[in-house]
Formats: sequence, C-alpha cells, structure tokens
Amino acid sequence: MNALLTVTGLVKSFPGVRAVDGANLDVQEGEVHCLLGQNGAGKSTLIKVLSGAHKPDAGEISWRGSPVSFASPLAALRAGLATIYQELDLVDGLTVAENIFLGHEHSALGFSRRRAAAEAATALLSRLGHGEISPTRLVGSMSAAGKQIVSLARALSHNARLIVMDEPSAVLDSGEVDNLFRVIAQLTAQGVAIIYISHRLDEIRVVGDRVTVLKDGKTVASGLPAKSTPTADLVRLMTGRDTEYAFPARPAGQHTGRELLTVRDISRPGEFTGVSFTVHAGEIVGLAGLVGSGRSEIVETVYGARKPAAGQILVDGRRLRPGSVPAAVRAGMGLCPEERKSQGLLLYEAVYRNVSVSSLARYSRGGFVARSRELADVAKAIGDLDVRPSDPRRAVRTLSGGNQQKVVLARWLLRDCRLLILDEPTRGVDVGARGELYRLIRELAGSGVGVLLVSSEIPEVLGLADRVLVVRAGRLLHDGPAAQLTETAVLDMVMEGAAA
Amino acid sequence: MTERTDDAPAAQGLGRRPAREGLQAPAAGRLGLRLPASVAGRLWELRSLSLVGVLVLLAIAGVVTSGGNFLSVSNVLNILVSSSIIGVVTVGMTFVIIGGGIDLSVGGLVALASVWATTLSSQQYGAWAMVVCALLVGMGAGLVNGLLIAYGRLVPFIVTLAMMVASRGLAEAMSGKKTQLVTVQSINNIATTNVFGIPLLVIIFAAVVLVGWIVLNRTTFGRRTFAVGGNTEAARLAGIDVRRHTALLYVLSGLCCGIAAIMIISLTTTGSSTHGDLYELDAIAAVIIGGTLLTGGKGTLVGSILGALVFTTVTNIFVLNNLASEVQNIAKGLIIVAAVLLQRRGTT
Repeated sequence: MNALLTVTGLVKSFPGVRAVDGANLDVQEGEVHCLLGQNGAGKSTLIKVLSGAHKPDAGEISWRGSPVSFASPLAALRAGLATIYQELDLVDGLTVAENIFLGHEHSALGFSRRRAAAEAATALLSRLGHGEISPTRLVGSMSAAGKQIVSLARALSHNARLIVMDEPSAVLDSGEVDNLFRVIAQLTAQGVAIIYISHRLDEIRVVGDRVTVLKDGKTVASGLPAKSTPTADLVRLMTGRDTEYAFPARPAGQHTGRELLTVRDISRPGEFTGVSFTVHAGEIVGLAGLVGSGRSEIVETVYGARKPAAGQILVDGRRLRPGSVPAAVRAGMGLCPEERKSQGLLLYEAVYRNVSVSSLARYSRGGFVARSRELADVAKAIGDLDVRPSDPRRAVRTLSGGNQQKVVLARWLLRDCRLLILDEPTRGVDVGARGELYRLIRELAGSGVGVLLVSSEIPEVLGLADRVLVVRAGRLLHDGPAAQLTETAVLDMVMEGAAA
Repeated sequence: MTERTDDAPAAQGLGRRPAREGLQAPAAGRLGLRLPASVAGRLWELRSLSLVGVLVLLAIAGVVTSGGNFLSVSNVLNILVSSSIIGVVTVGMTFVIIGGGIDLSVGGLVALASVWATTLSSQQYGAWAMVVCALLVGMGAGLVNGLLIAYGRLVPFIVTLAMMVASRGLAEAMSGKKTQLVTVQSINNIATTNVFGIPLLVIIFAAVVLVGWIVLNRTTFGRRTFAVGGNTEAARLAGIDVRRHTALLYVLSGLCCGIAAIMIISLTTTGSSTHGDLYELDAIAAVIIGGTLLTGGKGTLVGSILGALVFTTVTNIFVLNNLASEVQNIAKGLIIVAAVLLQRRGTT
C-alpha cells in the first residue's frame, strides 16, 4: 500500500484558540482511517484544512507524494480529495443526477445532456452498490441515508481518491449504518481511502482499519489497529479517563414519587397509535426506538409541538391544552430538542439570552427585563451545570456541542421545570462530556424532576433510565424497569417487534 | 438616552447587544476583563459607526458644495423634519425585519390612514378623532397583515404586497382620488409648532425612536422579537407564542404608519391616496443599510435611523445644489450597495 496523504506538524490558530497544534496523520490507499477525538480536539479544523477550507499556519501536507496547499475546497476536490460534512450540501430541489454533477454538468453548447448524465449517475451509484436509485428522483424526497449515497456518488464523480466523512452515522439508524459500511467496503476495494470520523467506538471496530487519536489539537496516537486496540486504551487516549460510558448509579428502591405526566391513548395518523405511559416525579423514563419509529413525534406531541388526533395528556392530573407549547411550558415541561442548532439555540445571541428566553415573564417588571437579576440567575444556572466558559455574555455559537447542550438544559433549570424531555441529549457530544451530562440528568431526577429521555443509543437508555419504553412502528411495545432488560432484548424488540 | 434608574447599572455593565461576536468579547469574563469586553460590545454595537462616518462625509460634501447654507440651523432642522415621517415608519419596519418578516404595505397604510382620517365625517369630530382614526386604521390593517401571516401561515412578502396594493386602492376609492383638504386647524398646527425652537414633528420622531429603542432593547417584547426572528423553531419550542408575537409585530408597524399619517397630514394639510409613495422601499433600505439582517434575528434601531438620515441628507444636498432627482436616485442606489459592502467587511 502507498501513502496517499501525509500530514506532519500541522498548526492552525484562530484568534484566541490553537485549534490544531501539531497534528500528524498518514492515510494509505484503500484504507478506512478513523479519526478519534473529543469535541474541540481539532478534528473538524483538521479536515477543514485538508479540504482547503482553511489555510494552515504551519506544517506540511503531502498528497500522493508531493507537497500541496489546496487554495479552496474546489481545488481539493479536483485533486481527488472530497469531504462529506454532517450537513449534507445537496440541493433538495434538484434530481439525483443533477446533484451528482453539480458544478461539472454534462452539457453541449450550454444545453444539459440529461440522458448522458443519467447514465453516468447510474454507473457511479452502481459502484456504490446502489444502482437502483433513480437518477431522476428529487433529492428532497430521499432519506438522510439516500442523500449520503448521493453525496458519495458526487465525490466519485470527481474521481475522489480520498473521501472524508464527518460523523456519517449520526443521522442513520442501525440498518442504514450497516448499509453504509457495505458501501464503504466497496469503495475501499476499489482503492479509495476513507477518513471516518465518529464518536461511536463500536462503529470504528467494524469499519476501521487504523485509528489516529487527536487530543487538544495534537496527535496523541496514530496508526493504531482499529479492530484490536482495547476500548479502554482509546478512551484513555481521548480523555484520560478509563470508561466509555460512565452512568451514575440508580437510587436504590422503587420510585415513590407522585405521577407527574400521564399520557392516555394518544394517536396521530401515520405517526403513532394508542400510546399510553406515565412519568413520575424523580424518575427517568427512557424511550427507545429507531429513527422513524415515531419516538420523536410522540415526545413532540406530549410537549404540544404537535396536536394529537386522539387521546389525552395530563400533568398533575390536569388535562393539558392539546397542541400548545406555551401551555406545556406553563405546566412545567421543558424540551431539549433533537436538533440543537436548528431547534434549540438562538445562535446569534449570547448565552444568557439563550438561557432566559423561556423565563422572560419571570424577569419582566412591567414588561421591562430586570437584567441584573436575570444575569445573576443565569450565571448561577450555568455555574451549576458547569458550562465552560462560564461567561453568560459569551456568544452561544462559540461553545462546544456539550456546552451548548448544557445551555439548553440551563434554560429549563432556570424555570424550575418539573418534567424535562430530552431528545437525543448526547448527539454530537463527546465521550467526556457525556458522562457529565448523564450525571447532571441523574441529579436533576434526584431533585424531583421527571425526565423523559429519547435516544437511539440503547446502552444510553438502559444505563440512564429507571424505566424503559420501547417503540416500534408507532406502537408502544414494552414498558418496564430498565434493570430487567438487556441490550440484545431491546434491540430485538426495536427491530423485530417481538413483545417481551 | 435616559435609562430607567433601576436598569441603569445593568446597562452600564452590559452594553446593549453584548458579546454578539465571541471574538470581540473573550472568554476571560473575570472582573479585570469585564470592562474591555463590554467596551468591545459597545463598539460592535456602534458598527453603525460606519454610517456615522458616511453622514460626516455627506456633511463635508454638503459644506463644500453649498457652504454655509448646509450647516445652517434651519437646514439641519429641515433635514430632520424631512426624515421624521419616513423615520417613524422605519422604526416599525425595523421591528418587523428583526422579527423575521417584511412589511411592504407601509406606504399604502400611510395613504389609507391619511385619507380615512381626513374624510369630512372624520374631520367633523375634531383633531383627536382624526388622530385616533389614523392610528386605528394603521393598527387594524397591520392586524390583518399579522393574522394572515401568523395564523393563516401565508408568506409575509405576499400578504403585505397584497395589502400594499389593496390599501392604496381603498384610499383612492374613499377619496375619489381627490386630495382632501384639512380644515381642522389644530392638526395643521402640528407641523408648524416649535418647542424650544425644535419642530414638533422632529420631537414626535425622537419620541417614537426612543420608545422603540426601549421596547426593542429593554423589554421582554424586544427579547422575544430577536428570538422569533433569529430562530423561529427554537423560539416556539422554548415556549414563546410565536404566532401571537408575529401578529403583534405587524400591528406595531401599522401603528407607526398611523403616526406617520398624522404627521404627513399636518405637514401637507391634506389627506391623499398618493401620500407615502415608495415608503416601503425607503424604509427597507434604511433598515438594511443600518445593518439589520434581512433574514431576521440581528439588528439595531439606531442603525436604521442613521440609515434614514443618510438618505434624507443626500436628498438635501442634491436639492441645495439644484440637481435632478434622477441623480439622487442613482446616488441612493450606490449608497445602499456601498453600505452593505462596508458592513459585510466589518462582520467577516
């Protein structure tokens, strides 16, 4: 095997931060090279430098044996280095073929040669084992998994030798992840190399060949065998800690808290039917299910963001006005939504404004905001959650994923929320910060808050929740103590629907 | 500007839109660095400084081309009077745009309110009835805009475009396309009254700006406006009644149009379906060169007002030099592009 890409001593600074501070990386033809590191370790900056989006301050990049400096993402793409970001940059209103050849269309005298493009697109999709995708289909109508395939085909259309994939599995369910791995295997068999970035160590075991670990912008280990390096070693390299998931201990004994939330037989056509469950004060209830099983729709309905077609939602035994978020919030609910950036944060605003946005009425004095009191309370809330940096006036978008999640949590802490709904609270949050979030969630429950936790990571649901609900295809299949379930049992229910 | 006393200490420490850019307000946050961060925030806030710079340049151009005439007290007041009516409309427009919307109907609403308030049947009840009539017409039409946009889930551009056409049409129908003379003397006197040498129209303008600034920057309504415009979905999931808030923003814009209608009635001593022509364009241009994001969530009222002043000053200089209005419009177009280019350089 030949070295395709060699990076030595790469440095990239932004005002106030040395995001990459001496990174080394070598990628060989046809291998899957995994890049591991916590949020803020410099992975994103490193791949942005590689893809030509940022210019390095120091260090060398050698591409197929000769030193290069890509002036722009387009230059990198032309050289055969493609990057597929988490937010896929496809145009929803165009077809599959049009997206694949966007920027280098098949044309004659300015007229597009659609048949030639369609044939070429099908050829590329076949190389990925997905010749069945119609080149004339609108990308907007495809699932995240399908769009990923189109992005890969686009990379291939530029004769990519190396494809960087930034957390490709974050938007996929487990069947789709397996398919992605098959596609990756096909690509590597054709000599294409992959840089694979993921927070999920189990995936790296399956798909990876070698691993490079970044910590604080530096390469702390490189060329480790992906299949055989012990998990404990990898986690220690990334964090200095010893375990991947550190779940806080459950309090002993059964919950005696009163019933906080009662959901009675709610339905929404096409999404879920006949869903009933309860959440008690001080209890963490986990909702397990695949993407598309209706789990997010269920919690959004409980929260009033969707209106149930039938059924009742009661808080403290009082019926909640259906389909009204303000009513749910007044009743003491809070939601940390699945998509932190698009649904949770006010990205233009400072931390304190993000935290107090749900409690403005409390800080209103005749309509005016009592700002000294507001700031003091926000400072205390983010202090309690250990948001770093702890400056309430900092712009929220400069915070890392884990800290942004804490900002959304602080929003509900400030309101003395009694029922917290957490939709994928650790998505895009690194291993170290996860443990801390788990501890915080358990502490909140300890203080009497009822928690409804949605996660596609079964170990997370089993490790954190007191009671587990399992959803499949819009129906609740199981409702029982987490301690009596195993990961395989839940996985079985989630996939097959065999009621326990 | 005066602060409420209980808010003053916080305001001192904070800056109005503090730490909007992380790089400007470093994490340090400990006491020693608090002041610089806030000063940086202030400076950032005065990004409209570039507009102050433009105004100074314009003033120099004015002095060079027309000498003492330009800087005379009467000419400066003249500029302020000419800015006052469009300035009031711009205040409402700033709220709507920061809240993520757009209001194309402002010109039509000024015309409709001016006609409705000056019909003979309105005039016979006297000055206060005319004022109340103009305000109610403005707010009522704004409410229609707001309800259609917020609860009918229609696009603001289309709803207010329809209102722009329909309101002017209704104004023409009511007035029979005739200019309606105002015989109520106390209304006509507004434009000719001076308080301590300052025209009442300028004082009304200043009062509307002051109240608007306080509402935008010091009240929960203002906070919610930024939240709704910056990320509608996040604001909704945070428990804000986004639809009600959106509707209220258009009512507020309509109210500003009502106030502007009274001012234009007084200045011209007429109500007419031709009043407020192209106000929507001038107001939107002022907001944009003032640095407010057209997509919402980010912006300042001070910037918008400076934007309006820049436009009026350009017109004034051209009039003093007897230049044709075509040239004015070309200059205005260039100013919009130049201001936006300058700001973009400031942000990235």
